[in-house]
Amino acid sequence: MHIQNRKWITRAVAAVATVACGPAFAQGAVAAEYRWLTFAVFAAIIGLTMYVTYIAAKRVKSASDFYTAGGGVTGMQNGWAIAGDYLSAASFLGIAGLISQYGYDGFMYSVGWLVAYITVLLLIAEPCRNIGRYTLSDILAYRNNPRAMRIVGAISVITVSTFYLTAQMVGGGVLVKTLIGIDYEYSVIAVGVLMLAYVLFGGMVATTWVQIIKAILLVIASLILVMLVWTPYGFSLPGFLGDVVADPKVQAKVASLLGDPAKNMSAAELGQRFLEPGLYFKNPIDQISLGMALVFGTAGLPHILMRFFTVPTAQAARKSVVWAMGIIGGFYVLTLFLGFGAAKNVGPQAIAAVDAGGNMAAPLLAQFLGGGPNSFLGNFMLAFVSAVAFATIVAVVAGLVLAAASAIAHDLYVGVYHGGDIVPPQQQVRAARIATVVVGAMAITIGIAAKGQNVAHLVALAFAVAASANFPCVLLTLYWKRCSTGGIVLGMIVGTVVAVGLTLVSPNVTYPKAVREASQKVLDGEAAKRSAIEAALASGDAGAVAKAQTDLTTLDKAVKKAKDDMAKVEGKEVSIMGLEKPMFQLKNPGIISIPLGFLAVLLGSLLFRDRRSEELWPEVYARQNTGILASKATSH
Amino acid sequence: MATEPKIDWNAVIADPRFQVLHRKKQGFLTGLMIFSVVFYFMLPIGAAYFQDLFKTRIWGVVNFGLLFALTQFVVAWLVAFYYSRRAGAEFDRLAHEIAADYEKKGRA
Repeated sequence: MHIQNRKWITRAVAAVATVACGPAFAQGAVAAEYRWLTFAVFAAIIGLTMYVTYIAAKRVKSASDFYTAGGGVTGMQNGWAIAGDYLSAASFLGIAGLISQYGYDGFMYSVGWLVAYITVLLLIAEPCRNIGRYTLSDILAYRNNPRAMRIVGAISVITVSTFYLTAQMVGGGVLVKTLIGIDYEYSVIAVGVLMLAYVLFGGMVATTWVQIIKAILLVIASLILVMLVWTPYGFSLPGFLGDVVADPKVQAKVASLLGDPAKNMSAAELGQRFLEPGLYFKNPIDQISLGMALVFGTAGLPHILMRFFTVPTAQAARKSVVWAMGIIGGFYVLTLFLGFGAAKNVGPQAIAAVDAGGNMAAPLLAQFLGGGPNSFLGNFMLAFVSAVAFATIVAVVAGLVLAAASAIAHDLYVGVYHGGDIVPPQQQVRAARIATVVVGAMAITIGIAAKGQNVAHLVALAFAVAASANFPCVLLTLYWKRCSTGGIVLGMIVGTVVAVGLTLVSPNVTYPKAVREASQKVLDGEAAKRSAIEAALASGDAGAVAKAQTDLTTLDKAVKKAKDDMAKVEGKEVSIMGLEKPMFQLKNPGIISIPLGFLAVLLGSLLFRDRRSEELWPEVYARQNTGILASKATSH
Repeated sequence: MATEPKIDWNAVIADPRFQVLHRKKQGFLTGLMIFSVVFYFMLPIGAAYFQDLFKTRIWGVVNFGLLFALTQFVVAWLVAFYYSRRAGAEFDRLAHEIAADYEKKGRA
């Protein structure tokens, strides 16, 4: 068994190496002569995680080992692993990028991601540890009809994980391509194959350690960058931010964001505006809706819930959330410096030139701090941050795949197909591994198929479904006596359907007419702008010429984008839902779908009473509060 | 796997000690949860509807909005710290006592 595992791991590493070195390179952020450096850092990190997987593979014998590392993870380890599971590329690169482009709003956005863990800590972590085993459905099935719970639970887990997974795979592919210039398809395959190697051989043991290693690397990388950014100001916050707002690049960015109103503002006012709300978030209701999805959705994310089954006691579960909150919150505070530091040193425009979403803020800041694009240290630091970003995606994807695979193998295969009969442990582990391969292959396929799609809203949608379906169901199963099978089934259906349905008719999807009108406007204004730029170029004033040259590149880009967008919607009149314009005006459905999810569980429970659900209430309530027999529920 | 002790769950939740634990925990958790949620949503609401306050400069260029957002982190950590202290000092002891008692009874 072990020798076989070792052989497989060697093959997996070889496959990744071939994939990583084989194809022709496009232009990436890393200069060609330093690309070997990136691969050296990548190889070191992959080597370390593979070694851990090799050790872990020996320990994975039972289903409990595979799904929950045998319940033998300590509170502190689990805290780091939760942070590793949660700090996806969206938060590591995305929030730093958002701050570098929009200032204050980017930082405000990060707060909800931390506050979410208060819900997890106070309401979810310990009770789930006390009554759950491997999956979300285990909690629901404890008192409600097990067969029905396993089916709806598995559907919901697979839905949420697939949305999240697609966003990660596409984001990962784009990221690796932008950083080191490997073709998109190969990047997606590399992420998928590596992740499969970890999960398949090492199960939750390896996944946990990959997440811990990644979280530690992420914190180290961020700390180094923040030290370099902040030291010149003697660790003074007003000193540092005062320099950020005094920067002409930042002031120019604010001016371009504000448009006409900026004309009457002084340079100092423009700079100060970067530290004020409203540059990114335009609709407060939408923002509150997003906040609700984050704060209640995290507690319903299957891959996060699953982490609480890996610790031995409720106390360890509590300790792990406290650790995770320290690490995650501390990381977001560091991100404040990364984002503003990148805006001041690299410049919002230069960051957006590499990636329009601003995702390259942290990597480009690293390169700048090391001495710039032509220095060894600059490229080494860029390589290090890129490798950490890559590890980030792999670690998050591994957690998601494990959650989806457990829903298929444990809930659907063992729970529903075998209907609770005793399935031998070896067969359970085999089912889990097969499910892992299936989910992994699916993730790679979707990742490649979704190339070029805008998938950023899928993460928000995953949170919205988790908050509207999973969260009400888990919460009311744990805390409400009258909660019943009918309530959970209805809640899962209503929460998921409303969240997904509203998103499909929201401004998140493409409306060809609107795209055409916006693009036409850009093209119509092109001539006037071009003549203004030409006049500035001819003026001979050095400052005006420099500004006109940047304006010209911006204009060329905008025109190209407008033409591309026009071509994409050519011949189309309506969105995928057959609409000319959005029917639902918010980007995030949470504010509607979360209350409806709760309402559905309440109504369903009151309408369809279930004797089993009520008879088992004393047991569930006693167990979740006291942890009676909890330590015996997982140890053999 | 050894046979699990048989536990009279109705007796557990009727136990006065469990009732005390339940009451204390419920009040504490509900209060803390409501406080945390209200405090958090003051951030997006304030940023949207109290812009003048958020733009007020307090410490050099650092304005109220920025300090308030930083306070959110400190408050979240304090809530976590406060809860785990209270739980560790009080709830755990009661829960362990009840669990040990009924597990012993169940085996007898």
